Amino acid sequence: MNSEGPNRPAGRRDSAGILAAMKAVMLGDLKSSFRQPRDLVNPLLFFVLVVMLFPLGVSPEVAFLQQAGAGILWVAALLSVLLSLDHLFRHDFDDGTLEQLVLQPQPLFLLVLAKSMAHWVLTGLPLVLLTPLLGVMVHLEGNSIAVLCLTLLIGTPVLSLIGAIGAALTLGLRSAGVLLSLMIIPLYIPVLIFGTGTVMAAGEAAPVTGQLALMGAFLVLALTLAPFASAAALRISLSNA
Amino acid sequence: MWQLFHKLGSPKWFYGIASRLMPWLLWTGVALFMAGIIWGLAFAPPDYLQGNSYRIIFIHVPSAFLAQSVYIMMAVAALVTLVWRMKLADVFVKSAAPVGALLTFLALFTGAVWGKPTWGTWWIWDARLTSMLILLFLYFGAIALGSAIADEKSSARAVAVLVLVGVVNIPIIKYSVEWWNTLHQPATFKLTEKPSMPADMWVPLLMAVLGLYLLFGWLACLRMQTEILVREGRTRWVKELVRPGGNA
Repeated sequence: MNSEGPNRPAGRRDSAGILAAMKAVMLGDLKSSFRQPRDLVNPLLFFVLVVMLFPLGVSPEVAFLQQAGAGILWVAALLSVLLSLDHLFRHDFDDGTLEQLVLQPQPLFLLVLAKSMAHWVLTGLPLVLLTPLLGVMVHLEGNSIAVLCLTLLIGTPVLSLIGAIGAALTLGLRSAGVLLSLMIIPLYIPVLIFGTGTVMAAGEAAPVTGQLALMGAFLVLALTLAPFASAAALRISLSNA
Repeated sequence: MWQLFHKLGSPKWFYGIASRLMPWLLWTGVALFMAGIIWGLAFAPPDYLQGNSYRIIFIHVPSAFLAQSVYIMMAVAALVTLVWRMKLADVFVKSAAPVGALLTFLALFTGAVWGKPTWGTWWIWDARLTSMLILLFLYFGAIALGSAIADEKSSARAVAVLVLVGVVNIPIIKYSVEWWNTLHQPATFKLTEKPSMPADMWVPLLMAVLGLYLLFGWLACLRMQTEILVREGRTRWVKELVRPGGNA
């Protein structure tokens, strides 16, 4: 970065190069996922199935579902993001794209940020879009559903960003799945607590701006810190392979 | 200063120092801890409200103290691993993690035993309890990741990243669960205030805490020595050390 060689364009063009690279990484991820829709659809199906288990397994009563609905949807979203994390770097790792990314002149953490954002667009965003439907199915009220969508909109990027650290750390390993969950779920707990807490407060017609602001703070913190940790983890995993 | 730094990085030097330090740590630790425990369990006055059941704090509070500070020590060592690639720091992280997990479990267990007569329940989803449980899983995660990666260097650095991410999260987890739900009383000792209990209670408690710190130091040294012997098995000084009749 700070090695200003004679051939390096300085100043504005450099930052333009970074943005272009981030855009290229993000679009590349989106395109390759749309060509394999299986990866796109499976987490969504999983999300719906997990939500479905609760009325069947615990109780289909309206009172229970209204009380627990927000928590069920949040937990299901969390698990489905967790399941999809393994794909985040795996394909690029297998075909060597990841090594090329590490060799790029652009800082790795920004490219990782772009990849995490692509992951969110592919998993988090569809979950948010599916939430109103499932919210109606668990008898949440209109206001609660709106707040739930909002918390998931702020919260799922945090899940993708933190999850990227775990995905990068477990990259070269054989039994990555369980290990990934063991490492990442404890770190997801604050997001879950505030996500469901906000919807509960909305259900009691209490003001939610404070809690939403805190979730926004989580998002900013994850956006600024998590890519550095993921980039460091990626370098470690690649040097291991 | 730099010389000391380089020396600290040398496993052989540490091995020697630890051997000399360990008897002191062990016996002072045992003396302090046992004195604190015996004083606390047998001679300290019973609590006016809880009777004798409060006495479990003489084990509960020291282990809870240690459970948290071990993680912070590990985080410092993790930073040293990442920044200076010091071998010993990683040896410490690997050796301390299971001990930390054990202490966290002990704190949870004694808390449960105390909670049954006092709160009337073994477990409750309270802020402190939940965050300690999460701490236990952070320890488990670090141990699992460390044992999953075969290569020693990558394993060290990967665990270091995970431990550091965990330490950023600990305050967030702590406050999030605290605002969420709380029953546990506030911290027993604060650096800034005089303890709210009589000296007959807090002096033995403090002794038990300090004693357990020393005992942890001893155990950490012992485990680090073992780990060093395993890792440096091919060097000459280890071969001389473990050869029958050899004396270092």
